[in-house]
Amino acid sequence: MADEVILLDFWPSPFGMRVRIALAEKGIKYEYKEEDLRNKSPLLLQMNPIHKKIPVLVHNGKPICESLIQVQYIDEVWKGKASLLPSDPCARAQSRFWADYVDKKIYDLGRKIWMCKGEEQEASTKEFIECLKVLEAELGDRHYFGGSNLGYVDVVFVPFYTWFHAYEQCGNFSIEAECPKIIAWAKRCMQKESVSKSLPDHEKVYGFVLELKKKFGIE
Amino acid sequence: MAEEVKLFGARRSPFSHRIEIALKLKGVSYEFIEEDLQNKSPLLLKYNPVHKKIPVLLHNGKPIAESIVILEYIEETWKTNPILPADPYERAIARFWAKFLDDKCIPAAWNACWAKEKEREKTMEEASECLKTLEGELKDKKFFGGDKVGMVDIVANFIAFWLSALQEAVGADLLTPEKFPVLFKWSEELVGCPIIKENLPPRDQLMAFFRARLESSK
Repeated sequence: MADEVILLDFWPSPFGMRVRIALAEKGIKYEYKEEDLRNKSPLLLQMNPIHKKIPVLVHNGKPICESLIQVQYIDEVWKGKASLLPSDPCARAQSRFWADYVDKKIYDLGRKIWMCKGEEQEASTKEFIECLKVLEAELGDRHYFGGSNLGYVDVVFVPFYTWFHAYEQCGNFSIEAECPKIIAWAKRCMQKESVSKSLPDHEKVYGFVLELKKKFGIE
Repeated sequence: MAEEVKLFGARRSPFSHRIEIALKLKGVSYEFIEEDLQNKSPLLLKYNPVHKKIPVLLHNGKPIAESIVILEYIEETWKTNPILPADPYERAIARFWAKFLDDKCIPAAWNACWAKEKEREKTMEEASECLKTLEGELKDKKFFGGDKVGMVDIVANFIAFWLSALQEAVGADLLTPEKFPVLFKWSEELVGCPIIKENLPPRDQLMAFFRARLESSK
C-alpha cells in the first residue's frame, strides 16, 4: 500500500526545513502544501487545532505536529535508510540534548537580532554568538554532529544557516569571523542535495525579513 | 557488571521527581544526591556544564541532562514497564503532549499563580485554556498513558501535585474539581499511586517554600 505523505509548510520556516531535509534523506515522496500564514487553510486548522502552526506532517491522513517530533517519527517509521538518530541510547540522549539546545536558543535569539534595536539587539547578538560557540565546541573535529554522516542535530540546526545572512545584516556582525567551524560545517551540509534542495536562498530569506520589519514598523 | 545509577536532583523539584518515578516504575536502583540549588556542587556543574541544572542522571559515569531527554533514555535502556507506546504514531502523540506540558501548560500555570494583580485575569485565562486542552486529551482515560502511568502523566506531575500547593499558597484557584473535574480526578489518581507518592516532598514544606517566596516578592 502506498504511503500518502503531505507536508503543510511555509517556505522560510526553519522548522519546516527540518522536515523537508528528513524526508529527502529518506527518499520519501510527499506533497508539499504552502500555507499562507495570514490566511491559514481549513486543513491546517483541522490538523493542528491546538497550535495552528506549521509544519504539520500528515501520514496516511494522521497528523503529526512539532518539527522535532516529526523528524523522530520519520526516522522511526522509515527505518531502513539514512538513520538520523544513533542506535546507542546514550548517543541518542546526547543528540536529543543538543537538538533541544538548538531549539531553546537559536530561533528566539535570532528573532531578537532582527526584531530589536540598540542594547537589546546587542545583548541578543552577543548571546547568539556564545551559543554558536558552544555548538562549535560540541561539533569538535567531526564532519557532522552525526559523525561521518548527517544526523538528527545537523537536520535540526542547519536550516538556521539560511537565516544567518539576515541575522548578520540586521545585527551588523559576521558569523564566519566568530565561528568559522560552524560556517564550514553548514557549507559541508549544503553539499548534500537533501539539504540544498530544502533550504531557500538566503537573499530571499533576508528579503522576507525586511518585509516583516517594514510590516512591524521596525527601523 | 553492577550498574551505577545516580540522580542529581532536588526533592522540591518536579523535574527531579519525574526521573524518580520513571526509575522506580522500571525497578532501577539508584543513588539520589540532593543538590542545594543556591549552592550547586562542583560535580553537578561538571556533569551539566551547559545548563548547570538538575536533574542529571549519571549512568555508569555518563551524564544525561534535561528531564524529557532523561525519560527517553530511561525508556530505551530499561525495558520493564514501558512509559511510551510501541507504535510510532502513538509515540509521536505522547511526545506532543509532553512538549505541550513543558512549553505551554506548566509555564502558563506557574505564571498565572505568580502574576501581579493587573496581569492576573489574562494569565489565569491562558492557564485555564491550557488545562481545558489537557482535560480534552484525557477524556475518559484513567491516565494519559491509558490504564497505566505513561510519560505524559510523569511530565504532568507538576499539575498533579505542585500546582495544588502553589495555588493554595498564593491564593489562586486554577485547578479545582468544579472547573476541571476530569483533570482533578486524574491528579488524585496519580498522586495516589504508591510509586508517585513515596518521593513527593511534604505538601506543607512545599507550601511554606511558596509562601516564603511570595513574601519576598512583595
